[in-house]
Amino acid sequence: MYSPVQRKAKQTIDWKLVICYLLLVIIGWVNVIAASHSTESINVFDFTARYGKQLVWILTSFVLAAIILFVLNPRLWEVISIPIYLFVVLLLVAVIFLGTEVKGSHSWFTLGPVRFQPAEISKIATSLVLAMVMGRPGFKLSDSKSFFLICFIIGLPMMVILAESETGSALVYLGFVFMLYREGLSGWLLVFVGISVLLFILTLTISSYVAVLTLAGIAALFYCLDSGKMKVFFLLCAPSICLLAFVPGFIQKLELQFSPFYIVSAISVILIPYLALRSFRKRERQGWIAIIVYLVGCLLVVSTDFIFNNVLQDHQRKRIEVLLGMKDDPTGIGYNVNQSMIAIGSGGLSGKGFLQGTQTAFGFVPEQSTDFIFCTVGEEWGFLGCCVVILLYFFLIYRIITDAEDSREGFTRIFGYCTASLIFMHLFINIGMTIGLMPVIGIPLPFLSYGGSSLWAFTILLFIFISLYRQEKKYY
Amino acid sequence: MVLNRKNKLLIGLGLACLILVGKLFSIQILNDKFKEEANRNAMVYDIIYPTRGVIYDRKGDILVGNKVAYDILVSPFEVGSFDTLTLASALGVDVEFIRAKMKGYHKTKSRIGNRPVVMIKQVPPETYMKFEELQYKFPGFTGQVRSIRDYPINAGGNLLGYVSEVDANFIKKHEGEYSAGDYAGKTGIEAAKEKDLKGEKGYHIYLRDALNRIQTPYRNGEMDKEAIPGKNIMTTIDATLQQYGQELMANKVGSLVAIEPSTGEILTMVSSPGIDVEMLADIGHHYSEIVNDPYKPMFNRAVQASYPPGSVFKLVNGLIGLNEGVVTPSTSYPCNYGYYYSSDRKLGCHGHKSPLSFSEAIMMSCNGYFCYVLRSILENKRYKNFTEAYNKWREYVLSFGLGEKLGSDFPSELGGNVPSSAYYDKLYGKNRWRFPTIVSLSIGQGEMGATPLQIANLCATVANRGYYYIPHIIKDYEDQTIDPKYKEKRYTMVDTLQFQKVINGMWLAVNGGPGSGGTAVASAIPGLDLCGKTGTAQNPRGADNSVFICFAPKDNPKIAVAAYIENAGFGATWACPIASLLIEKYLRGEISEERKYLEQYVLEGDLMSKVKTD
Repeated sequence: MYSPVQRKAKQTIDWKLVICYLLLVIIGWVNVIAASHSTESINVFDFTARYGKQLVWILTSFVLAAIILFVLNPRLWEVISIPIYLFVVLLLVAVIFLGTEVKGSHSWFTLGPVRFQPAEISKIATSLVLAMVMGRPGFKLSDSKSFFLICFIIGLPMMVILAESETGSALVYLGFVFMLYREGLSGWLLVFVGISVLLFILTLTISSYVAVLTLAGIAALFYCLDSGKMKVFFLLCAPSICLLAFVPGFIQKLELQFSPFYIVSAISVILIPYLALRSFRKRERQGWIAIIVYLVGCLLVVSTDFIFNNVLQDHQRKRIEVLLGMKDDPTGIGYNVNQSMIAIGSGGLSGKGFLQGTQTAFGFVPEQSTDFIFCTVGEEWGFLGCCVVILLYFFLIYRIITDAEDSREGFTRIFGYCTASLIFMHLFINIGMTIGLMPVIGIPLPFLSYGGSSLWAFTILLFIFISLYRQEKKYY
Repeated sequence: MVLNRKNKLLIGLGLACLILVGKLFSIQILNDKFKEEANRNAMVYDIIYPTRGVIYDRKGDILVGNKVAYDILVSPFEVGSFDTLTLASALGVDVEFIRAKMKGYHKTKSRIGNRPVVMIKQVPPETYMKFEELQYKFPGFTGQVRSIRDYPINAGGNLLGYVSEVDANFIKKHEGEYSAGDYAGKTGIEAAKEKDLKGEKGYHIYLRDALNRIQTPYRNGEMDKEAIPGKNIMTTIDATLQQYGQELMANKVGSLVAIEPSTGEILTMVSSPGIDVEMLADIGHHYSEIVNDPYKPMFNRAVQASYPPGSVFKLVNGLIGLNEGVVTPSTSYPCNYGYYYSSDRKLGCHGHKSPLSFSEAIMMSCNGYFCYVLRSILENKRYKNFTEAYNKWREYVLSFGLGEKLGSDFPSELGGNVPSSAYYDKLYGKNRWRFPTIVSLSIGQGEMGATPLQIANLCATVANRGYYYIPHIIKDYEDQTIDPKYKEKRYTMVDTLQFQKVINGMWLAVNGGPGSGGTAVASAIPGLDLCGKTGTAQNPRGADNSVFICFAPKDNPKIAVAAYIENAGFGATWACPIASLLIEKYLRGEISEERKYLEQYVLEGDLMSKVKTD
């Protein structure tokens, strides 16, 4: 008989994940109560109030979770992944034309009293397809054909969502990078992304001159590290770059009509051919890499500068400016963040207590039960409460990753990493936004935020993974 | 632990969570700024303005009271569309005014935020009532009770001073005591007694939401504070007398000060031209008018103008002479139209009998006589040299409250001037000045200056036979006691017995009868033993100043008055009648029939054209 070990449900389900999930959902509900109550008394079963509705969402989520765990065959997901994916892409396109407009984006379907966002389901569908494609035996990410296929699978819904002007949801798709990294994507890609972000920020906050100097420093560091010439770096490259950093100051003092870029350009024009010649003669790979890094970086700096000043629209520019702290604007675009930081900051160590928050209760924080739910946590439960919530998320993601690694099937592992990446992106962007680390990107906090489609989507995502994992436990 | 990709990702996850926790730690634990802002966000301080203390006159009549007015506030955030025409007519303002204001608020919307701003200040209750009936039509508009100053009688505009809204400079100067929208006394008694008068603001604290809707009283109001009304104060001013003094001084430039000698209380202090209380009540509208007035009505001449005292100063020289023993009541000196202080230079005098005795010299205000007196004082062989004698003389003069601030409770009081020997040393060289150099000090001219308050105080000192109380304007009232220094007798260096001899001369000057040569006989009040001394002080800008000091009755004096009228000529022509009328009014309550003509003469007198204003 082919069933070596038949474990009972009690033993096979990862209860730690389930408990973690339940805790987060309950914390979410408590905070939705706090965020949406006014001074009147609270009736939990008042379904016209947000906390009443959220209770309905929570209960239906439990039903969904139970169905996924106990009714559906986990094998089913692999089979139907492609049809679901195609259907969701269709929905994503359809919503642009048929959807209801909410705050400037066409991303919601309205079905009677219920509104839902196809973008939420598309994350699940994309994860399923990625797991199915990448989990096949013999799949290699380094194969360029496979790589572009993966890029296409991720890029297609992302582009459509961008077209719905749901920038936040599209951004979450970047989280798949973490999963890809686990599956063998070159670490250089992450470094490249990191350097790009650094240059981008330097260009906008300080000046493109400083960005170019930093870039030169990084390129030099690469070259010297690789060819073991650290002495050269510390004695020549670093001091000369520091010296160049003072050039704009001198120019300003002497009131010259002279761009400091001329000096940098002159040095580049001499140094680059020299380095190229040398690398060519000595057949040094490092030299070429340094040159390429430098040139690509310069291109990025120049285009950032150009795009920011000439292509972006005013409101987009403003958002970036406020995020990077270039402009202080507590009444305009920065209002949300400012108010949210006030609410969280006023919580102190242990918070003001349940329903005692003045900032959230009196509606100073906009979107307080949805995207800014974390403000209520911060204000009413304080630093300790925030730590508990973050710790729960950490444990949840940690547990998903270890379970995924534990799994013997590619499909389960990859789907697990997708789930972990998505939850992490939501977590980091959302909390980062409420405390001023991230721009205001309207995405919900998984399990905590008010709203049915988000709660359902994350419940489905998590419980598919739990059921996949469970199925392995059952038979191995 | 193997550093495989799984673990690298887990480390990355841990770091990301640490970044979040770190930032949370910084804003929740390290930084207090957000807690303060949260409080500012959620609490509405509804300010309750206290009523200012009432200012009474010495008899308990109200000089300055309070009345209710309303500021019309508007919260631009809450204003919807409304009928500007109805609002304008309800508030009694121009439609354009409201439109312009609303337009202005719209422009500065982000700066105003959701707090109310004052649109119209101090609307009278009648207008406010009309507005209140229609208020429901104008969401966002509210009224706020303010108590503003009310002046039941037109007395003492300059003394009282005005109250106005504090400006940015004032708030900065009085760190933490005032905030925008508060009122404060800026001049006069209002400024001097600001601390007592202002009271303390109170507030109700409410919690509000982001739309500025008031939700609930904060902690059921236990943190609220009631306003504490300002303390009432009583002045020494006699409102009726002050008012009468102002009438007498109308259309004349100068000061009229009356002191009760037995207490040093200032009964009347007129600086003319002054500020009407009507202007005080609405200082904002009249401010530029007042400032641009060539006669400078804000300038309180009674305590700030330093005039040469003129012949009234002869009393001081006479008393010093008597005390030093260089002159006795029977000492006679000749005077033939003046005193020759060098072979060809003469200090002139008017025609009178010669030679004359001490009391006759005071009665007839002989210049020559007092030149002899001062000369005898300064060339007294008791002193080592001339400078020492001069210093002694100056010490005497200062003991009369001259030359230095009296220290009254009136703000901005100035001290006049009695030149020191060092001053003359610097001017002429050490030991290069002698009596002829400073001969004009004999008759209160030259380098010396005194404020009308000091001159009045001199009169009170003589009336008291040798001492004075620092003149003051605030009395003890309820739980407030004045500085004990105002209750201390201050004796001059002249023996009290000498004063009677001077007073005899002053009595003769008024009561010598027609043809006696007394300088102030026209001001005699039958039945009242008025004693006085005229003065005619040179004014380099036009006609002489007319000066008169007097007190009555001779024994147990009740009032001492100094009148100083600029460019009015002889002391007898204007200052005498004014001062004597004031005394008669105070002691008798009314002017007797036979002196009505004098009153009419004064009330109708207009000397403004004689005063140069440039």
